Amino acid sequence: MKPRLVVIGNGMAGMRTIEELLTGAPDRYTITVFGAEPHGNYNRIMLSAVLSGDKTLEDIVINNRQWYVDNGIRLFAGEDKAVMRIDRKNRTVIARDGTLAAYDRLLIATGSKAVIPGVPGNTLEGVISFRDIVDVNKMLEYAARGQKAVVLGGGLLGLEAANGLVQRGMEVTVIHNHNILLNRQLDQHAAKMLQTELEQRGIKFQMAAKLKALQDDGNGHICAVRFEDDSELACDLFIAAIGVRPNMALAEAAGLYCERGIIVNDTLQTYDPGIYAVGECIQHRGQTFGLVAPLFEQAKVCANHLSEHGVAEYVTLPTATKLKVTGINLFSVGDFQGDASAETIQFTDAALGIYKKLVIKANRLIGAVLYGDTADGAWYQELLEKQENVSALRAVLIFGKAYV
Amino acid sequence: MFKTIQTTCPYCGVGCGISAQVDALQHSVEIKGDKLHPANFGRLCSKGSALGDTVKLKGRLLQPIVHGQTSSWTAALDLVANTFKRTIDAYEPDSVAIYGSGQLLTEDYYVANKLMKGFIGSGNMDTNSRLCMSSSVSGHKRAFGSDTVPGCYEDFEHAELIVLIGSNAAWCHPVSFQRIRAAKERNPALKIIVIDPRKTASCDIADLHLPIASGRDAFLFNGLLQHLNQQGAVNSAYIEAHTEGFMDALQAANFTIAQVAGQCHLEIAAVRQFYDWFASVDKVMSLYSQGINQSSSGTDKVNAIINCHLATGRIGKPGMGPFSLTGQPNAMGGREVGGLANQLAAHMDFFNADDIDRVARFWGSQSIARKPGLAAVDLFDAIYAGKVKAVWIMGTNPVVSMPNADKVKHALQRCEFVVVSDCISNTDTTALAHVLLPAQGWSEKDGTVTNSERCISRQRALFTPAGDAQPDWWVITQVAQRMGFAQAFAYESPVDIFREHAALSGFENAGQRDFDISAFATITAHAYEKLQPTQWPVNQNHPEGTKRLFANGQFFTASGKAQFIAVKPCLPVNSLDAAYPLVLNTGRLRDQWHTMTRTALATKLNQHRPEPFVEIHPRDAEQFGLSHNGLARITSQWGQMLVRVRVTDSQKPGNLFVPMHWTEQYASQGRMGALVNPVFDPYSKQPESKHTPVNIKAYRPAWTGFMFSRSELNLNNIEYWVKINSNSVYRYELAGDTLPPDCLVWAKNLLHPTDQDDIHWQEYQDNGQGQYRVARIINQRLESLLFISTQRLLPERNWLSSLFAQPEITPAERKSLLLGLPPAGVPDVGAIICACFNVGAKTISAAIKERSLKTHQEVGQCLKAGTNCGSCIPEIKALL
Repeated sequence: MKPRLVVIGNGMAGMRTIEELLTGAPDRYTITVFGAEPHGNYNRIMLSAVLSGDKTLEDIVINNRQWYVDNGIRLFAGEDKAVMRIDRKNRTVIARDGTLAAYDRLLIATGSKAVIPGVPGNTLEGVISFRDIVDVNKMLEYAARGQKAVVLGGGLLGLEAANGLVQRGMEVTVIHNHNILLNRQLDQHAAKMLQTELEQRGIKFQMAAKLKALQDDGNGHICAVRFEDDSELACDLFIAAIGVRPNMALAEAAGLYCERGIIVNDTLQTYDPGIYAVGECIQHRGQTFGLVAPLFEQAKVCANHLSEHGVAEYVTLPTATKLKVTGINLFSVGDFQGDASAETIQFTDAALGIYKKLVIKANRLIGAVLYGDTADGAWYQELLEKQENVSALRAVLIFGKAYV
Repeated sequence: MFKTIQTTCPYCGVGCGISAQVDALQHSVEIKGDKLHPANFGRLCSKGSALGDTVKLKGRLLQPIVHGQTSSWTAALDLVANTFKRTIDAYEPDSVAIYGSGQLLTEDYYVANKLMKGFIGSGNMDTNSRLCMSSSVSGHKRAFGSDTVPGCYEDFEHAELIVLIGSNAAWCHPVSFQRIRAAKERNPALKIIVIDPRKTASCDIADLHLPIASGRDAFLFNGLLQHLNQQGAVNSAYIEAHTEGFMDALQAANFTIAQVAGQCHLEIAAVRQFYDWFASVDKVMSLYSQGINQSSSGTDKVNAIINCHLATGRIGKPGMGPFSLTGQPNAMGGREVGGLANQLAAHMDFFNADDIDRVARFWGSQSIARKPGLAAVDLFDAIYAGKVKAVWIMGTNPVVSMPNADKVKHALQRCEFVVVSDCISNTDTTALAHVLLPAQGWSEKDGTVTNSERCISRQRALFTPAGDAQPDWWVITQVAQRMGFAQAFAYESPVDIFREHAALSGFENAGQRDFDISAFATITAHAYEKLQPTQWPVNQNHPEGTKRLFANGQFFTASGKAQFIAVKPCLPVNSLDAAYPLVLNTGRLRDQWHTMTRTALATKLNQHRPEPFVEIHPRDAEQFGLSHNGLARITSQWGQMLVRVRVTDSQKPGNLFVPMHWTEQYASQGRMGALVNPVFDPYSKQPESKHTPVNIKAYRPAWTGFMFSRSELNLNNIEYWVKINSNSVYRYELAGDTLPPDCLVWAKNLLHPTDQDDIHWQEYQDNGQGQYRVARIINQRLESLLFISTQRLLPERNWLSSLFAQPEITPAERKSLLLGLPPAGVPDVGAIICACFNVGAKTISAAIKERSLKTHQEVGQCLKAGTNCGSCIPEIKALL
């Protein structure tokens, strides 16, 4: 009999690991997957496109139910199939409806939860996050009534949500606690260009604003946000997009060592050698994750060990960011600020809406911000990952690979 | 409406005929060589070919300006006449002066000279020809008793040996050089020897180059005289019959070949080779130019050369003789009228009382000058000293071209009354004028000029005069009339003046004077209009003109015999020392003329050598810590200059070369005149512009850069700047000592101080590499750009320059603009080699490689490069 592999979480990290495993060692395990959503596996990062109407749900499905069947994978999907407990002693997991699965290897890929601001009124109707199909459907319902929305958070997700909602006809204000949008991805110059462009698309901004409370309309539904200075902004829908927190409750309850996330080593193994974890639920060398690229890399390494090839080690590489808003080209990777010893190369063409900045240290590219023209983003990422000496390329570096 | 007008080129003394196809409505002209003109038979050099680009009105002086305010002609003329008259009345005639130019037409020159010497009564009429060929004049007069060039251009084709001495004819007299090149191609037996400290482009066709030490030519030719005598190559019969002073000359020339070689820093074998070739053939021409003339012993050098021709009787016959290549288009015409301060008029002189009397009678003057006036260097010294209080400068730029030019500048600054006639508004000299008088430019003037072979040609107007510009003869006549000389200055047209000039040349001249064009004394206006190129003398005996003089052995000395001059060779006046250990040589470039007032208007002509530079031998460059294309400051006891460095082994170790052309209009510190020592030849008063002791030091700026702008910019605070004109844009090369912390803001302010609108700007900076670049673009049209580097990392300029010729730049061009390289896939033509057809070095190299071209002729067939003026052929050969 083949060893049994159980996966908790039917999301992008878990399923990419399974795909990698099926490629490298197709017959090694009997595989069981638990998922709390009643679907196959879809591309969560494309939810913005569904919201804005550029794509439908079918467009973003990665693996439909037939795929599980075709690959001999047992899938338990839906709210009542949510795993409630890991029994490490007996090597089983138990779902809400009592479904029980025994494992020889367990893969935890429970992802993350949106952070909801800790202010009064945060449990009101109309206060949601932007994590899954349910959230998108809810937003579309409000949008259909053409009401006012407030998005908390001027990060990638918040801006994508705001853009989607504006396209769906809502009046949208983004509240950001910083005076720079995408402050983890952009410098001031690029952020200003982005803000101007989004404003031209109808999105309003309250920058460097501090939220104090969410106001009840008397019926348990949100009707406004209140700021620290007691000013108010009316809204029918409030979307929290101020980040995610690793979803590690199950692991913690099972006695696995966790800090901000489930601690894993370079082979994606938890403190229990039979249990692996990948994706947004983990913490690796102090770092947690929110973008898709490192998840896929983790999947590759984890599958390598599950298939007992046992040679790969996971290293977190700088991840490039793109904003999935049609017509806005933006790219950011690495340390785009640099310190006193770093050198910067900058290019701007205001009329064309182009801004580029490259940060160099010891003749190596350590960061890049591109706005308006991101054609060379992949090249910069490659140079950055390979830590190539760019001295010989320096004169043409910002003008692009075509000049090399 | 096109019409074709035959005229004459205004540049060098070759005096090429031009066939100009004029479109008066468009104010444009298509320039072609005149196929029938005996000076060029249709050929033109790069400068002449580009004349059509210089007739634009931009930068022209169009109205009289008095003390900075525009004025009427009447008011300006009244002021000039009254001030000159008042000055003369208060002091003496010698308190005023005219300083003219070899660019003036003979008619203009004649009336200026007549006014000063005939009626004001001072000899203070000198000219920039003083800087050019006055040593030839003195040498000719000492040897022949007259200022006579014996031969003609046709002799090039008859010669068996042509010796070029102190002449880079390939660049300075390109059409004559091409004629010699063609003669050699037809007759490979024709030998060419170049005697020049520099390995110039003229060495391209040389069988032998003698890189003589600066200023030592008299040793070499004295040695030659001695050698000819020892080898029995002298023509004793000729010496006996037609010359005097041979033995004295020979005695003074008592050098062995080894001594000559030692003095001249030449190899003995090379000297011997030269001497043997000179001795072995009869038809020898000695062509010389400023390398001989611009010397404190220039006159002696001229005579040392002439001595060798007299000793062998090689003069006055086809294919032989000494031949002075004149620098300016009408230097010869100026000499004819007496434009030098030591001349009186029509080849008559002050030392001859009969001449003075004769001219006074002819002119009907009571107040004729009786002694020579001040020659250029002395003249400006006298202005500096306050002895000359009013000066009228015509068509020349002495603040740039004179030796010790900073002193000349100060002299004019402190002069009470400076009048400048010029066709260009802003020159270093017009900047110092109290009164500016708008002269007609080349394309508007009407009169005659005489070239190096005594050939008188018509310069004809192509266009109506610009603005209020007037002929110089008219302006001078008007002033003369106002000064009370109306009767003697009643001219109404150039032909009136020409007739009088011709009549004077024949006045009481029964063959005593060489210059005789009396055949034209009664020329009709119609015949003058139709006048064909004619070589003087033109008189009863020679109504069709004269190709050669002295064939009969008769000279214009008192005895009728040519005079040998015993030449005691002298070294240059100022010798090198520890403080100034290098020799500075100055000279012309291929594509520029004088102080660039005209040539710098033509895009094509600014590409060959866009910046003022110094050429230095690699050994010296190393010793003085200079790198190729770096910058260097040259200093002499008199001034300084900041230039680009060109390291080249064409330069002799210990010698520097700088071009003479740059002015304060085109470069921050590019005036070579500031460096040059104000010493001169005792006979000709010609300055020693080819030998000044100097020092050189690397200038290491904090940053270098370049800038393109559609409008002219003020760059007073930048240490090194050079302005390079082209059709659509001004290019500036820059270097400076300090760079402000916010470099891009500073850069944008420099390009356009009031345009703060981000939307117009493209910016690039690499703070680690010290690269700062900005461009201003409005509606896809490139307006200006500036590139700065703290590490001398700058792209080539050609492609960027070409973008300004476009009404719009493409998105791809915009993208690579601040990289400074064409979008991927677009070839870069490289630095322009052939100015006539605008062919770049990279284009030529690519064609050579792709089509396996072997000769410059093949390159020419393929790309046309080098097929017009031919002066880029050496550079094409270098690429091959």
